[in-house]
Amino acid sequence: MEVRVSNVRKEFDGFAALKDVSLDIRSGELIALLGPSGSGKTTLLRLIAGLEMPSQGKIFFGDMDASEKTVQERNIGFVFQHYALFRHMTILENISFGLKVRPRARRPAAGEIRRRAMELLDLVQLSGLEKRYPNQLSGGQRQRVALARALAIEPGVLLLDEPFGALDAQVRRELRRWLREMHDRTGHTTVFVTHDQEEALELSDRLCVMSQGAIEQVGTPDDVYDRPASPFVFGFIGESSELPVTVGNGELLVEGRSIGVPVPAARPGPARLFFRPHDVDLVEGDATLAGAVHTSRRVGGTRRVELDLGPANHRVEIDLPFDHPAGERSQLSFRPRRWQLFPAS
Amino acid sequence: MASSRHSPVSERLGVRIALILISVAFMALFLLLPLVAVFSEAFRSGFGAYLAGLNTPDAQAAIRLTLLVAAIAVPLNVVFGICASWAIAKFEFKGKAFLITLIDLPFSVSPVISGLVYVLLFGGGSVLGPWLKANGVEVLFAVPGIVLATIFVTFPFVARELIPLMQDQGTNDEEAALSLGANGWQTFWRVTLPNIKWGLLYGVLLCNARAMGEFGAVAVVSGKIRGQTTTIPLQVEMFYNEYNATAAFALASLLAMLALVTLVLKTVLEWRFGDEIAASGH
Repeated sequence: MEVRVSNVRKEFDGFAALKDVSLDIRSGELIALLGPSGSGKTTLLRLIAGLEMPSQGKIFFGDMDASEKTVQERNIGFVFQHYALFRHMTILENISFGLKVRPRARRPAAGEIRRRAMELLDLVQLSGLEKRYPNQLSGGQRQRVALARALAIEPGVLLLDEPFGALDAQVRRELRRWLREMHDRTGHTTVFVTHDQEEALELSDRLCVMSQGAIEQVGTPDDVYDRPASPFVFGFIGESSELPVTVGNGELLVEGRSIGVPVPAARPGPARLFFRPHDVDLVEGDATLAGAVHTSRRVGGTRRVELDLGPANHRVEIDLPFDHPAGERSQLSFRPRRWQLFPAS
Repeated sequence: MASSRHSPVSERLGVRIALILISVAFMALFLLLPLVAVFSEAFRSGFGAYLAGLNTPDAQAAIRLTLLVAAIAVPLNVVFGICASWAIAKFEFKGKAFLITLIDLPFSVSPVISGLVYVLLFGGGSVLGPWLKANGVEVLFAVPGIVLATIFVTFPFVARELIPLMQDQGTNDEEAALSLGANGWQTFWRVTLPNIKWGLLYGVLLCNARAMGEFGAVAVVSGKIRGQTTTIPLQVEMFYNEYNATAAFALASLLAMLALVTLVLKTVLEWRFGDEIAASGH
């Protein structure tokens, strides 16, 4: 189902957690709401769910205005960071809950409920654990039960609030891949909240980057990574270094010196240069960015070098292959291979 | 060196033994001895006399009244307690801190004063009392007064037990149930209540023990009409003042047994469901 968030504002005691947010979620897509804590991503998710009501604006499910509908009427599946499984019920009872609480007219027969719950248990690869209680399961298993429980009511939209936030790194990676496969198989429109950019980049069809109650950028992972729309997105997604520069004579100047990067189309004047540590070329010569090595650490397969540039000692980071001979030097010069300019703030 | 072999916060053996002995002696003298005394007094003239003491009409009436009062006060306090803790734990409102303080009031006020409040409220000199009396409702020196005083005194037990528990559990479980389509009533019965049941039972146990054993507040409002408004604690005192020691202690032994049963159940609950009971879990 399509979900359309239209000019939504949400205030808590006079504080605006969301300011005029609009977002179109396509049917069947897996979209991530990504942002630091306090960016409003969880609030947006809870508004879509109906667990909060917007102060202004509307939310549409398909053509239907869902803004005034209760959480029960919206038919959504919600998965919580800390699972929120019912601790006094077995796994099977947890998964069946949504079907059992239906009014008699819409409630399937007991045998049918059981059959569907077992089917879902199989789908989340936990067959055989139906008689266990939540506290007898690992975190990863619990989250899969929570997902099965949400899927049991055949929701129009699946909403996940930091679903892997409480799990350790290994399990998180595993579940991530598993969720992607589940999504490809079942095709639910899925919205998930995360503060982990790697998770968002790997898992989502599109991601929506949020900051301070507003949407900064919506796009495919490649779009957002390669063409960040704002300094915030550049800094938040992936590693980045920032350098104050000036545009003059159709090229970039750092403290008045050319660094050998032509920018024919840029407007002259001060600007902010952003580049990623791995998007640099080591070059010799005058028209480069040159600096003294501050620290040089090997991180797995790469070497991360912190450089202090110029008289003002601007600290930037660049990556080299870990066995690159330049890693031993105390002075390095380079040019950014890919970069982006933003107006000076 | 011997002193380096035990941990810095534990005492030497001699000191430890002395501390344990002092504690045990103190408990024996002030807690165990009176308990033993109650039972030995009750059975001093034999089991027959014990039963006879319990079998007097006054004793029977006192037992019935006590059971009646507890049967009204405890369920009401369960309902009030769940309402109050639900309100406090699950949503924000103005005056919440005040409500929390108010719940503790019966613990900080002397029970006698709690009783006197009702005398002022429903007594002959009050506005309410004569009006109620004219309409045929006796509050003071009657069962309703005793029930009211007992409810007041025992109000905090359930609420105080549930507030920290419910605050700790948060609202995610309820939200999950709602998102799965459950209505408010289903959510309460199937999710909230099972989540708090052991804490609730623990609170009910303490509430009941206090409701049956309350003396001060009840003494003020009861008027001590023989066979009509005397609860077990009041009847014990009356028997005792009349030099009927056997009957007094026989009746007292019932309260002592209630205390022992409460203690055992409380310990079992704490041992088995400690993490779901706020008092011992925090």
